[in-house]
Amino acid sequence: MAVETATTPGGQIADLGKQAKSRSLMSESMQRLFRNKAAVMGMFIIAVFTFVAIFAPFISPHDPLQFNSGKDFLPPAWVEKAQNGKSGDPNFLLGTDTLGRDVLSRVIYGARVSMVVGLIPTTIILIVGTLIGMIAGYAGGRTDNYLMRLTDVIYAFPDLLFFIIVMIALRDTVLGNALNGLFLLFIALAIVNWVGVARLVRGQTLSLKQKEFIEASRSIGVKASRIMSRHLLPNTLSVLIVSAAFTIPNLIIAEAILGYLGLGLRPATDSSSFFVTSWGSLLLEGQSAINAQPWMLLAPSICIALVVMAFTFLGDGLRDALDPRMRGTQ
Amino acid sequence: MTTYIIRRLFWLIPVIIVVGGITFILMHAAPGGPWDRDLSTRQVDANTQKRLNEQFGLDKPLWRQFTTYMVGDVNSKGEWQWGLIGGNLGPSYRVRGMDVQNILFQPPEDMPFWKSRFGYSLRLGFLALSLAIVIGIPLGAISALKQNSLVDYVSLFVATGGISVPNFVIAIFLIIIFASWLHFIPVVPKTWEDPRVWVLPAAVLGFGTLAYTTRLTRSSMLEVMRQDYVRTARAKGLTERSVVTIHMIKNALIPVVTILGPALAGLVTGSFIIETMFGFPGMGRAYVQAIGQRDYSMIMGTTLIYAILVALANLSVDFVYVLLDPRIRLNE
Repeated sequence: MAVETATTPGGQIADLGKQAKSRSLMSESMQRLFRNKAAVMGMFIIAVFTFVAIFAPFISPHDPLQFNSGKDFLPPAWVEKAQNGKSGDPNFLLGTDTLGRDVLSRVIYGARVSMVVGLIPTTIILIVGTLIGMIAGYAGGRTDNYLMRLTDVIYAFPDLLFFIIVMIALRDTVLGNALNGLFLLFIALAIVNWVGVARLVRGQTLSLKQKEFIEASRSIGVKASRIMSRHLLPNTLSVLIVSAAFTIPNLIIAEAILGYLGLGLRPATDSSSFFVTSWGSLLLEGQSAINAQPWMLLAPSICIALVVMAFTFLGDGLRDALDPRMRGTQ
Repeated sequence: MTTYIIRRLFWLIPVIIVVGGITFILMHAAPGGPWDRDLSTRQVDANTQKRLNEQFGLDKPLWRQFTTYMVGDVNSKGEWQWGLIGGNLGPSYRVRGMDVQNILFQPPEDMPFWKSRFGYSLRLGFLALSLAIVIGIPLGAISALKQNSLVDYVSLFVATGGISVPNFVIAIFLIIIFASWLHFIPVVPKTWEDPRVWVLPAAVLGFGTLAYTTRLTRSSMLEVMRQDYVRTARAKGLTERSVVTIHMIKNALIPVVTILGPALAGLVTGSFIIETMFGFPGMGRAYVQAIGQRDYSMIMGTTLIYAILVALANLSVDFVYVLLDPRIRLNE
């Protein structure tokens, strides 16, 4: 990682830079981002998993829900003879589970949940957090005080415990059944996590508010809503992008933990559902078979580790690229 | 300073009320719970139901149940009984005849406190934290002093891995490698008296904190190294050793020390996954078991205790910061 080598991403971007006559702040940041090898690797991994998630039916070798009778608990294909006396079948690359379902296909379908869990709640979090943070910071005074006390209280609630409680309490209700339980999961994840974004945006707004260009717009009578959308939002964008990149892996981890506790997505039984299983649920299923078929645990774990790592690398890269002064801190 | 501490401690009260309130409301909203009034879904007849309701105080109005839980109330025998503020978390709904606080804090008979479930978790948390400090701080400091050396790369690797790989994933890898494949340790130890079986769960639990400590120490050291007082110390001819130990490390540790409080809280509360995976007899596993059994009072009690621990730990940061760094004045 430390040795500089001339890789294609850096080269391509350098060409792009030559073509453009004047470079905007954004394109310069992107150039810095693409020069960061860890970030590029992160983006590549994310792209691969996104592709896998979308095209799961075409990639997976078997139906993830199909019971292959007589082929249960098969070890991975490369194992000659496992502890239970069965040998690997090249048709089932990572072996099968207790019911004879193909582990690889299930892991492939599991990517869908993790990628969606990264995407949808993060969007909600960014919208709600930005709105509240900006209003609090811009309005100031009592509004600010009340909103910030609210965020303080929510901040004090350990987030994982909150997810667990929400999932337990509302899991058997109509809300909890929507989208195999994913709908509730999205809401639970969003309710807690907007607070961090709100605090960040408030801080940014407070400092931007003092700047001359905001004062100038205010003095010529620009409406508050327009100042927020046209001046404050673009200037907080880089902070938002970075915090999104760091929120996503946390949400993916939270989903996996909830799945492991049996509180995440309900594994589907009919093949018509889009979300069949999640990596967290696979961990729960594989836990009892840790000796007989460790790949039931290893495969989803490796996937979780890869995706989380990819987003962390991307987040680091984005932070360095968008705000070079932050480089090396934390 | 004193008024500041008191003010911050008072701020705990609304936090606990809100956390307790949210937990209470959500637990009540849960269908199929002990509070479910729909008799058709319950397995007991109306009379038993009525008796149970009276016994657990469920016949009272909701707000009254909440104040009973949080503060206390007169019980059926006409005696005052404390609620949460008196250390009473109410009876467990699944473990007959046991109160939640007994399950969590009471050691088995004739055993010291650290044999209780909370004691086990606390010990594991401390062990994990010690590992993080003993390895993380020297690693971070050396990698800052010898940039681009082998130690620096090792520390970078540890920091990146520990921060970006969730600890339960590391736990799975290690359990499979050391228990399933190499048979160094049993997958789920039968007894926790042997200190060797503590190493793996503590290491896994502490790895994230270790990574964070390493990274923080390194960046903090790098900043301190550029300070004027370090140059002054060198200029007046101090040995390199005393410059490093007295002037650099001491100052570089300020940000590191402040994270240790929340880190310990995070280790104690965040350990439930690790405890479950290793079959560790601590508070976290009791919590996960309560989740599986839908033991609502147990879930509620444990959540509140966790929330209070986290709030106290966050509070401790501010105090430690002021104590360590005289440049910071609290003017709130």
